[in-house]
Amino acid sequence: MKHAKLWSWIIFGLGAAYFLVPLLATVQFSLSIRRDTLSLDAYTNVLQAPAFQNTFGYSLIVGIATIIVGLLIVVPAAYFVRLRAPQLRPIIEFVTLLPLIIPPIILVFGYIRMYNSSSPLPLTNSVVGTNILLTLAYVALALPYMYRAVDTGLRTIDVQTLTEAANILGANTLTILMRVIFPNIIVAVLSGAFLTLAIVIGEFTIASLLNRPAFGVYMQNVGANRAYEPAALAVISFVITWGAMGMIQLLARFAPRTAARTD
Amino acid sequence: MSSNTDTLVSNSAAPASAGAAPSRPHFLSGVRWGDYLGVAPFLVFAALFLIVPTLYLVVGAFVAKDGSFTLQNIVDLGTPQIVSSFWISIRISAASAVLGSVFGLLIALAIIRGKLPPAIRSTVMTFSGVASNFAGIPLAFAFLSTLGRLGLVTVILKTVFGFDMYRAGFNILSFWGLTLTYCYFQIPLMILIIAPAIDGLKKEWNEAAATLGASPWQFWRYIGMPILWPNLLGTISLLFANAFGAIATAYALTGSSLNIVPIVLYAQIRGDVLNNPGLGAALALGMIVITAVTNVIYLVIRTRAERWLK
Repeated sequence: MKHAKLWSWIIFGLGAAYFLVPLLATVQFSLSIRRDTLSLDAYTNVLQAPAFQNTFGYSLIVGIATIIVGLLIVVPAAYFVRLRAPQLRPIIEFVTLLPLIIPPIILVFGYIRMYNSSSPLPLTNSVVGTNILLTLAYVALALPYMYRAVDTGLRTIDVQTLTEAANILGANTLTILMRVIFPNIIVAVLSGAFLTLAIVIGEFTIASLLNRPAFGVYMQNVGANRAYEPAALAVISFVITWGAMGMIQLLARFAPRTAARTD
Repeated sequence: MSSNTDTLVSNSAAPASAGAAPSRPHFLSGVRWGDYLGVAPFLVFAALFLIVPTLYLVVGAFVAKDGSFTLQNIVDLGTPQIVSSFWISIRISAASAVLGSVFGLLIALAIIRGKLPPAIRSTVMTFSGVASNFAGIPLAFAFLSTLGRLGLVTVILKTVFGFDMYRAGFNILSFWGLTLTYCYFQIPLMILIIAPAIDGLKKEWNEAAATLGASPWQFWRYIGMPILWPNLLGTISLLFANAFGAIATAYALTGSSLNIVPIVLYAQIRGDVLNNPGLGAALALGMIVITAVTNVIYLVIRTRAERWLK
């Protein structure tokens, strides 16, 4: 078995090289905007550009709106499926798989055909309408991750006992959802939210085809016109993705658990 | 208040009926309309923003410019430009799926079965979570900085080793360039999916095989691989679909110099470059069929594979 150890080190080394060299190269490239010396100019150029601040802010707002709308749709559905309508589970789970099956470009193509100016619901007619459409498109993209996160959260708590206890105390369904269930799954919800943010913040295809000034579209634009700034943007995005994933790992440690009922 | 008592009654009744289950209850029996109110927003959303838009395109593929039924759009998919775009898309998706699966499997085996320090395993898993989400535009930038004409690796190979990759025929804006780039999110995805399956290979099987005199090679040939095989095949088809629908990385990397299907479709949506909206819908239909078929293969194989790995 000593040989096994050697080959596994070799494989690991090759893998580490493949994954780390591009990151090193990107950092190195982003620092070499000036000849013969390392400088942070590419970063200051990017961070100070009004277009960066505007598009990043825009994508952040759309991301937060996506999370809120997504939760309003997903939490009640997951709760009712778990508690009272398990018959619907196969349907709901099939629906949550759809965004993984239908590529985003197909989705947005369908939206453009279906919600154009001559349709009964002409969302693409106005800026507000298109922003709403973009948000809903992102909700669709995030649906699998959001649903899975919320459902996992519900599995770790005893939904039925909590609901019965709240019922006995006179709470109605809305109160139960808002003040009993939601606070108990907040950690799972937050990890779903961070994953959603990581996916949405740099999204290009849908934002570009809906002509919205999103961060992904800005990045593509910079990539087509500049040399060193794109590398700086790649480093910034990687840090954002890493931060979002790190938050999820961190949150997992604080997940509350009530033992599920066994009777 | 009546809804409260309803809940209590149904809750106390539920275990009894579940335990005895004399006759299979009707699909929707026991679901009250109040419960639908909770699920309704989800279903309405799914209908309006997932299902109907996709069906709209599917139907659109069979509609001629004057609004009548036609198969001409499907026939027109046979034009050389579109056939070649499907062909290059399929090749890139297949190559990145196979390479991603093989290397992902090897790395997963190394960190789980290769007796590496446990810290390495958790680091690799965390990194895989990040890297599998590090797709799109920034990934293209990273690979341009690495293997582009002025990229770090290109320059080091040229100045230190005197090897000019670009003169040797390599180009980041090519089949292999894009495949190599896609592996950056394909390999981590493979690691994340296959790791639980490898964990499911029980230590006892290893010991039983060794007791019977099997070499490590024989263990993998006759026990390990046959058990992992369905998982492996299923994941390859998932990775294929994953690459097939991706556009942002390719678009930022190659502009429109590599005409993969999503890029042709993107150009079509932007400016009707095919001069036929119906043909655009047919192109979308082709993509839907391919990603749907590969995903269904994944799901079917996966449910079969799970029987062994309980």
